[in-house]
Amino acid sequence: MSIGRKIILYTLLTIAGIIMFFPVVYAFMISFMQGGEVLQGKLWPDSFSFENYINAFEKVPLLKYLLNSIIVSTVITAGQLILCSLAAFAFVFTQFKGKNLLFMLFISTMMIPWEATMVPNFQTIQSLGWLNSFYGLTIPFFAMAFGTFLLRQQFKTIPIELYEASQVSGISRFKFFLTVVLPLSKTSLITLGIYCFLTAWNMYLWPLLVTNDEKVRTVQIGLKQMQTQEIASEWGVVMAGVMLVILPTLLLIFLGQKRLQEGLTKGAIK
Amino acid sequence: MNIPNVEKQSMKLQTKGHKRHRRRFSFLEGWLYLLPSLFLFTAFLFYPMVRTVYLSLFYTDTQGKPMAFAGMENFTALLSSSSFLLSVKSTFLFVLYTVPVGVLLALGLALLANQKLAGIGFFRTIFSSTMGMSVAASSVIWMFIYNPSIGFANRLLTWFGLPEMQFLLDPSTALIAVAVATIWMNTGFTFLILLGGLQNIDSQLYESAKIAGVSTIYSLRKITLPMLSPTLFFVITVSMINSFQTFGQIDILTKGGPIDSTNVIVYSIYKDAFINYNIGSASAQAVILFLCVFLVTIIQFKLGERKVHYQ
Repeated sequence: MSIGRKIILYTLLTIAGIIMFFPVVYAFMISFMQGGEVLQGKLWPDSFSFENYINAFEKVPLLKYLLNSIIVSTVITAGQLILCSLAAFAFVFTQFKGKNLLFMLFISTMMIPWEATMVPNFQTIQSLGWLNSFYGLTIPFFAMAFGTFLLRQQFKTIPIELYEASQVSGISRFKFFLTVVLPLSKTSLITLGIYCFLTAWNMYLWPLLVTNDEKVRTVQIGLKQMQTQEIASEWGVVMAGVMLVILPTLLLIFLGQKRLQEGLTKGAIK
Repeated sequence: MNIPNVEKQSMKLQTKGHKRHRRRFSFLEGWLYLLPSLFLFTAFLFYPMVRTVYLSLFYTDTQGKPMAFAGMENFTALLSSSSFLLSVKSTFLFVLYTVPVGVLLALGLALLANQKLAGIGFFRTIFSSTMGMSVAASSVIWMFIYNPSIGFANRLLTWFGLPEMQFLLDPSTALIAVAVATIWMNTGFTFLILLGGLQNIDSQLYESAKIAGVSTIYSLRKITLPMLSPTLFFVITVSMINSFQTFGQIDILTKGGPIDSTNVIVYSIYKDAFINYNIGSASAQAVILFLCVFLVTIIQFKLGERKVHYQ
């Protein structure tokens, strides 16, 4: 590659990078500003003190919300990984009547927008007494067609000879699943896990509907609450909240970007 | 979960060695692995979808209990309601504003980030970073950016010598302002998928093109875009569906206003169901949303089979 071409590419990459990342850096800077500095419209804080962060924890029970979000996201991720891998295993390694029909059924779930079902779902959760509970926040999301397809692609790459050998040596199918299929698919499981966690952590509408007190409320709703309470007066504190909310997921992206990109394309296209 | 039981049973059946038993068991076993997913899909997706259609045909009380059969009344009422028609218009405009620009932007970034350069991993991470940003957090940041007196957007306008604007308070700009924020939020995911698609293209194709002395633009048009078409198609469909389902940024940035100009369909369903307690009307809107998404998916399947070049 010629030097000129390299310079052009790096320039374009840098400009694009600055524009894309600007809102995050901007929020980061404001999270250290005092009220007066924010009103003056500064871009750089006078000093980097953690006062706003301490305030954020005092204004709303942010620690509780963060903890709730960690519980909800972890449980959803675990549930999705278990159900998706079981379903994918059935699609690849078992033969039974109606398998194609069931596969079509899984595909058809992707045509139903979740929002179109939210009213009856809310009623179901209400009648089960699951409002303001971790059950209501997590269980409805355990089944996932996309994750099943992604793992199915991975399971298909496992040589059939391995399966036949396990059959000959009399290992049950479930044991084959646990001791051969899952360990061989570690990478895909981790990729899917990262994706599930990100999606669960960022959920907004459902937690808004089914939580109305602090007990199980997630941090996304906490952020909305903060923003409505604090509007205009203390943007620094609100932005400190924003930074705390995005920190875990940004870290996940920084660590797992390459893996996500390879894994998601596999499930999406082939 | 009763899987361990299954295992025991399976051993027993195998030692018995009855072929028919084994086959019947194998039949059951496949269903057993699928049972948890099937149960949840039925309880939280298929049943509520059917229920939504059912409720859309009734007048309901504030609890959402069907009171009297309404036939198509809920639908005809919607189609003659100017606020619903405005909501449909806003939704389609929103799709139009976000999808083409969003996909093109992400494609440009992906092409840039697909170059073999030192430190490219850093740029890839930056470009995909918005995937880790929640709708709530992103919306709060953009709310500040759009703040008329202290936000960055107006300072940028002033800097260029342009008049200041009331981005989220002016009915003629609010939807576009939300769309810009949304494009930014979605870029990370779209970029990541497109970059993955680009990297799956066989590099030998480019090498042969190079030997043949083909220009960059030509190989972009004749190799990259055709080979990327399945990914591109997938990304366009997902972006459209996502766009139809927009909620969080509306709830935080505009609450559907000003003068209903950003009252997109999911927000309208939410308001009717959980604020106005008009479940029948909300259900009818949900059915219309379902039909839109269903149509997009079907078109994708049909067109995808024919037009798209698969590897």
